[in-house]
Parts: sequence; C-alpha cells; structure tokens
Amino acid sequence: MIALKLAFRNLIGAGLRTWQNVFVLSLAFVVIIWHRGIIDGWDHQAKRDMIAWDVAGGQYWHEAYDPYDPFTIQDSHSPLPTVWQEMIDQDKITPILIAQATIYPDGHMLNVKLSGIDPYQNILKIPTQELEVEGEDIPILLGTRMAKSTQLAKGDLVTIRWRDANGTFDAAEAKIAGIFKTNLPTVDNGQIYVPLERLRQMMQMPNEASIGIKAVNLEEPLPQSGWIFRDQQYLLADINAILEKKRVGGSILYFILMSLSMLAIFDTQVLSIFRRQKEIGTHIALGMTRGQVIQLFTIEGAMHSILAAGVAAIYGIPLLTMQAKNGFAMPASADDYGLAISEKIFPVYSAQLILVTVSLVFITATIVSFLPARKIAKMNPTDAIKGKLQ
Amino acid sequence: MNNGHIINIEGLIKRFPVGSGFFTALDGIDLSFGKGEFAGLVGPSGSGKTTLLNIIGSLDSPSEGKATVMGQSVGELSHKKAADLRNHNLGFIFQTYNLLPVYTVFENVEFPLLLLKMDKVKRKKAVMDALDWVGLTDKVKSRPKQLSGGESQRGAIARAMVKRPQIVLADEPTANLDSENSHHILQTMEKLNQDLEATFIFATHDDKVIQYLKRKISLADGKVINDELTPNRT
Ligand SMILES: Nc1ncnc2c1ncn2[C@@H]1O[C@H](COP(=O)(O)OP(=O)(O)OP(=O)(O)O)[C@@H](O)[C@H]1O
Ligand SMILES: [Mg+2]
Repeated sequence: MIALKLAFRNLIGAGLRTWQNVFVLSLAFVVIIWHRGIIDGWDHQAKRDMIAWDVAGGQYWHEAYDPYDPFTIQDSHSPLPTVWQEMIDQDKITPILIAQATIYPDGHMLNVKLSGIDPYQNILKIPTQELEVEGEDIPILLGTRMAKSTQLAKGDLVTIRWRDANGTFDAAEAKIAGIFKTNLPTVDNGQIYVPLERLRQMMQMPNEASIGIKAVNLEEPLPQSGWIFRDQQYLLADINAILEKKRVGGSILYFILMSLSMLAIFDTQVLSIFRRQKEIGTHIALGMTRGQVIQLFTIEGAMHSILAAGVAAIYGIPLLTMQAKNGFAMPASADDYGLAISEKIFPVYSAQLILVTVSLVFITATIVSFLPARKIAKMNPTDAIKGKLQ
Repeated sequence: MNNGHIINIEGLIKRFPVGSGFFTALDGIDLSFGKGEFAGLVGPSGSGKTTLLNIIGSLDSPSEGKATVMGQSVGELSHKKAADLRNHNLGFIFQTYNLLPVYTVFENVEFPLLLLKMDKVKRKKAVMDALDWVGLTDKVKSRPKQLSGGESQRGAIARAMVKRPQIVLADEPTANLDSENSHHILQTMEKLNQDLEATFIFATHDDKVIQYLKRKISLADGKVINDELTPNRT
C-alpha cells in the first residue's frame, strides 16, 4: 500500500519531531500501565494478606458468633465437633477460642480481644510458635500496632483481667512472648494471642472453640450442626467492597492520565497537521485524492502509537519488571487507610491491562490524526497550499 | 480537445467571497492553448495570474464559464477525477517550491511516480533523468532545507517534469532566484518544452522570464488585455 510506504517515509523523514511524539506517547503507555499495575498489585497483596493472616481456606463459626457484635462473644463457644479432631491433628483445621478481657498497661485500662490459638498451628501466618514458652506468666503475642499503642515490648509484664465461663472475674500477669509485624491491621489492633489450652483453662471452657479455621488446601468437610461455614468469598466480601471503591477511584486517575496523554497526542498531532496544511495542499496538487491524503496522515498518526508501543517496550519492560520484582515503596502514612497495605507494593501487570491501554492509545492517536487530516483535505486545495486554516 | 487545443477557456469568471460581497478576480477570460506552447500570463500583482493557473490546474473551479483541460471540464470534475487529471497530466511548479520537507530530493521527485504506481526500476531511472535535466544529481540525498533557493526551484521543476506531463504550470518560478539561476532554469525548461513537447504556462512579472516566452498574455484586473506571439524567440 502506497500510503503505508509514504507514511513510514514521513515518520522517518520528520526525524526528531517523530521521536518527540513517540516519546510522549510511550511515556503515557508506561505511566498508565505502571499506575494500573500498582493498583492491581495492591489488590492482590491485600487479598493475599487477608488469606494468609485471617481467612485461610474459610472459617467455621459457632452459630452464635458475630464478629461485629462483641456481646455475642461470651455465648459463642462450644466443644469442637468430634470429627474435627483428626483434621486438627493433621493441621487442616485450627480452632480458635475468643474471649474478651481487659489489660492494664502502664496503669491504663484497655479492652482487648483474646484469641486462644494453638501455638503449633501452621494455617495462619501469625507466628504462634513464639507462644511455646514455659513459665508461670501467661505468654501473649501481639502485633506491632498494638505494641505501639500499649507501649509494651517483648518481655514486659502486663495485668490481664477476664471473666470466666461462670461469670467470675479473675486476673493474672501476662508476659509478652513476641511481637509480630503484619500488613493486616484487623489481626493486630486491639488483639492479644494466647495459647489455646491456656485460655481454655482461664475461661474454664475445656475443649471448646469459637471458630475453626480451615486450611486453604483442605476440601470442605461435612457441615456440622451448630457451626456455620463461611467461605473465602464471604470473608473477603468487605475487602472486595473496599477494593471496588478504590478501583473506581483508580479508574478516575486512569481516566485522567489517559486524557492527559490523549491531550498530548491531540496537541502534537493536530498542531503538526495544521502546520502541515501546505504539505497537504501540495500532496493534492501533485495528484493525491482526498481519500489518499486522509489515509496517509491517519496512518502516520497511528504509526506513532505503534512506534510508541515499541519504544515503551524498550524502556518500559525492564523498568516495570524491576518494579514488579523490587516493589514500590509506599509512603509511611499509607497504613492509615485501614486496609492491608504493605510497605512495598508489587505491581501486577495483566495482559488485559496492557492490551486495553495500547489499543486505547492506538485508537485515540488514530482518531486525532484522522479528524484534522479530514478537515484539511476537505479544504479548497489552493487555501491549504497557502496555509489559510488557523 | 477542441480544434487541437489542449486547454480551452471560455467566458471564465472567478469570484471570491469577500466580506458580504464578492471580489471578481477573473472577469470573462477566453483563451486556448495548443500542444507544446511556451506561454506566459503577465501582469501586475493581483491581476489574476495565479487564480487562472489554479483553475487550469483543477485546484479551483470557475464561478461562471468553462475551462476544459485535456477534454475535461474542470468545474464539473469529481475530486477523484480532478486528482486523476493532475496526477497523469499536470505538473505544478510553485512560487514557493513546496518541496515536501521530510523527503529527500530523490523522494520528492519520486513522489508523483509513486502515485502513478510506476515500478521501482523505471521509477529510479525516471527520477535520475529528471534530476539530470535540472543538474541536481549530486543532491539526491539532500533534504529541502539543505538546498539553496535555486536548487530548491530546480528540484521543484524536476518533480513537475518527472512524469513527463502534457501541461506544466509554473507560478513565478524565478521569483526567488538570481539572474544566473533564472536563466539556467529557463533554458532547462525551454529544452524540456522542445524535447518533451509539453505545454508550459507561466505566471510572471519577471522580465527575465518574459524574454523566453513565445506567447505573452497580458492580464489586468482579471481581463486579458493583450495576447501576442513573440516570434523573435522561436
Ligand atoms: N481566496 C481568495 N479570496 C479572496 N480573494 C482572493 C483569493 N485569491 C485571490 N484573491 C484575489 O484575487 C486577485 C487575484 O489574485 P491572484 O493571486 O490571482 O493575483 P496574481 O496575479 O497571481 O498576483 P501576484 O502577482 O501578486 O501573485 C487578488 O486581488 C486577490 O486578492
Ligand atoms: Mg500570484
């Protein structure tokens, strides 16, 4: 096709001007893909953390248990179903007993949620093995946020007061056996982990639990009466809703970035085509039809975006791959979102994201080349040669 | 082609809209040109020379009257047909050269042949021949901005001539050239006129060009006021 050959010639002949346009466009590609990649990577990471630290393969809840209603806690416990025992022994289900307590760090009073958890469990990422300590004091484990707000450090003692199954208040000294770091604020803020057996003794609830956490790779065992299975989808619904909201916010930014790059294309393309009126008039005087001229300049504009995709690939692939490997360091304040945010986000680039971005830029570049070219090609050629259109 | 004429103009009027009214740039022109003429439209600035060349070149159309070029009435041609006519039969030389800035000299001259879909080997030979006519073979790889005014004008002539058109329309081809270059170019065109039997129509008020003309058509205020053969040059 002659238009293809001429368009290519125009691009090469235009030299620096071509490379300027191509560079602006390639920047648009890389920034948009990077930005989307960060958002997607964030989503992935947030969900991964939820699963690793909290949800695992789903949870069995005692039928009275409602995490949003603290008053349910004292009633939502019962002995484990007998069929679970084998799976607990194989580390396929880990029971957790939940209770409420008050601690008195440094003379203050603070209500906390006590979670009795098997120190030998491997289902959740919480480093419960740190609870395997001998001694009179109750070993407890807490997260860095909790440690910071209570000013407690490893080895410190703190008084715990609780009410057992009979409604009797009791108190004891607890010793911080470990402090763990997690991206997930909900397993950290206001929570204290205690060895399961110890909590059962404290509460006088032998062999009881409030929830059972199922390993990810375990097939769902038969439902037990009195226990409700909450699958991953149910447990991730909240975070999915938040992410969805965030995604809408992200889309707005995507849209803004896209508009900016379109503006850049529009600017360079429209300006250059208007500046090239005389050239277009000359093409017509030399015997090109309007259709050929429109085709030529449209292909030229479209080729910009193809070249830009190529250039973007040259510097973008190594750059974006590096980011995906090394992660993007988030500003410290990002923790305040209340979402699981790691200090580093590892962007995820999907084929769909890349394809959509490239096609969008390609289509835009083509349209913004086509429109002014058509306008000029429709002009009286004598006016175009004079460069009359301003 | 009426009576062996390659161009026939009858009662041509061209008006341009100006403000709320019209300006009459060409006011009842009757002219015809035969094959192989070397003719010039001469007259003061604003007399309508360029306007007439544009209409002959099917870049513009008459408001009234008729202009027939190679048997085709330019005002009634579709855009595609007009492009065809220009592509196959017309060569333009613009006052401002209008070389395509992104192309090399070779590519500029090659351009009309690409539109004619000429094959590569023939194309290359034709381009080199045309550059040879105007003495520009040493500049094939140069870009227009690297050329002097005279070289650019010669490039534009080569581009107009390369397809050996029936009609060459040259608007002030020497306006930006010094006397030596002007003569060189006019001699080149004179030779091409003889060798190729192409019809040349100039628009000019340059005495150097006028000396070479074999027919001098004087325009004033959009009217032909004189039309004479100048046999001394024949
Ligand atoms: N597109 C246009 N709109 C309005 N008036 C025009 C237009 N084109 C030409 N004219 C007018 O028509 C007249 C003839 O213009 P033309 O360009 O043919 O003159 P010319 O003889 O070529 O002059 P010059 O020697 O200066 O090139 C001028 O008065 C010009 O102002
Ligand atoms: Mg003029």
